Amino acid sequence: MEPLLEVDQLRVRFRTKGPVKALLEKDEDPFIDGVMGVSFTIHPGQTFGLVGESGSGKTTLARAVMGLVPVQSGAIRFNGKNLIGLKRGQLKPFRRNIALMFQDPAGSLSPRLKIRSILAEPFRIHNMMPDNLPDEIARLLKMVNLSPAMGDLYPHQLSGGQARRVGVARALALSPKLIIADEPTAGLDVSVQGEILNLMARLQDELGVSFLIITHNLAVVRHVSDVAAIMYLGRFLEQGPTQAVFHHMQHPYTQALLSAHASPDPDAVHHRIAITGEIPSLFSRPKGCEFHTRCPRVKDICREQFPKVADRGKAHQYYCHFPLSESVQ
Amino acid sequence: MNRIKEIFFRLRNEPMGIFGLVLVLLVVVCAVFAPFLVTHDPNALDIAHRLGGPSADHWMGTDQLGRDVFSRVVMGSRIAVWVALVTVSLSLGIGLVLGMMAGYGPKWLDSGLLLLFDTLRSFPTIMFALALVTVFGPSLQTVIIVIVATTFPVYGRMVRTQTQALAGNEFIVAEEAMGAGMMRVLGVHILPNIVGPLFIVASMDIPVVITIEAGLSFLGVGVRPPTPSWGAILNDGYAYIRNTPWIIIFGGIPLIVTTLGFTFLGESMRDMFDPKLRKDL
Repeated sequence: MEPLLEVDQLRVRFRTKGPVKALLEKDEDPFIDGVMGVSFTIHPGQTFGLVGESGSGKTTLARAVMGLVPVQSGAIRFNGKNLIGLKRGQLKPFRRNIALMFQDPAGSLSPRLKIRSILAEPFRIHNMMPDNLPDEIARLLKMVNLSPAMGDLYPHQLSGGQARRVGVARALALSPKLIIADEPTAGLDVSVQGEILNLMARLQDELGVSFLIITHNLAVVRHVSDVAAIMYLGRFLEQGPTQAVFHHMQHPYTQALLSAHASPDPDAVHHRIAITGEIPSLFSRPKGCEFHTRCPRVKDICREQFPKVADRGKAHQYYCHFPLSESVQ
Repeated sequence: MNRIKEIFFRLRNEPMGIFGLVLVLLVVVCAVFAPFLVTHDPNALDIAHRLGGPSADHWMGTDQLGRDVFSRVVMGSRIAVWVALVTVSLSLGIGLVLGMMAGYGPKWLDSGLLLLFDTLRSFPTIMFALALVTVFGPSLQTVIIVIVATTFPVYGRMVRTQTQALAGNEFIVAEEAMGAGMMRVLGVHILPNIVGPLFIVASMDIPVVITIEAGLSFLGVGVRPPTPSWGAILNDGYAYIRNTPWIIIFGGIPLIVTTLGFTFLGESMRDMFDPKLRKDL
């Protein structure tokens, strides 16, 4: 099947100093890398789960795909067409097909507009006014289980779950092919989290839309995604079908993440692999494999060079010199 | 509409605000109905009764050319209110447009506009006025240009800072992600979130503007005689301050009333909108 989104060796870097200042301070590399050569594909109707700690570059990756941050190198192909290097006007038709859902449910809704006007925004921006706008907005609200009367409220009058559903409705307005959901469950209590995830799953069944879900909640990824990727300091350390990644993990980092996650089964044998410290700063990216500063299986080579990609088949890939399937002394 | 209702409702608990509002209304009514309130033609000379004291016929006396001071003060309110309205709305408009462009546009535009704001703000108002008058000659337009040029950078800087603070918010990024252009982001999403506090600053700027106009007219570089302006009346009275002080006294009272009125109103409005100072929360 033709992939919907194909990201190839995507690299995003940010300038930390102006060119003049860098020259004066003899700083030859005044950049930090937010995303370092990431590749993945999303097929139509698929859900791709992207997991990582805070500061791992998940949101930057999403924003790069949306064309909101400049890309250093690599390719982003949507339906086979490369989006990199397109001008604002040329990018606009693609924006209709890729929608973004934000972390902060209420903060992503314009505070002085009524819900009705917020939902009309996508139509106005793309000059695609439906024949009967009020009906269309009522339909969108119903689709996310909200009453059409909510159209008259302001964002601050909604609860977190309601605001999140308005975000889903807005993302759906122009029937996009891909929805990028940045932390769709953040800041919601568990029952509402479930509601939102079920809503997204239902919409996927009904509309055939693909999701790129960005989260640090492993349960969410395990629950909804077909493909999962583990991100650390701007790189994917392991990616593949969710089942493979969760049950036959190869990277010590994946194992550490999973073991840090509480299991609902009290009888489950719990091997807790503790990793210490926190994710290194982008300003002082460790040499070699970025994870070596916290890895329990670290060896000299890890400090020197980043491992080549290894493949277990079925698109399960990982980057580790000493994967879990091999024993180390 | 609800917001306006809310403002009036809250104003009831602010005696200073009500006092300010009454003074402001007094000046505005005076300016609007000036032709019906005057007792004499404000420019009619009556040399026989020059420098006369307050009397039943001339409530505030007459000036050195025998003109009725009361009628001149009333007509002068028109100039004051007109200058205030025109300059403050022009400054607000220019400040909003340039400030939003600086705050949302590319870095080079921001630097360029900031340079413009700071350059204009660094001119002393009176010196700037004198320079412009030498070039264009004294007139009401010159006064308006001087005031607008020296006040819009203040609004511009304020708007820029507020725009920058808003531009990073998720609802703005959401708009950009949907493909909204700059006009739409600024007009529909940023503007409504910054005008509120701006209007309060504007209302507190009105007395400042009126005083600048009076000051320029007093110096003779503002409104041309014989047009009655409060500053011109003060200038007329200044020469006779020892013998006939009523001209300068009655010329000064409306300035005091206007300044107090707008300052009280503006300050209590600011207090009402500042959540930290709100008593009812």
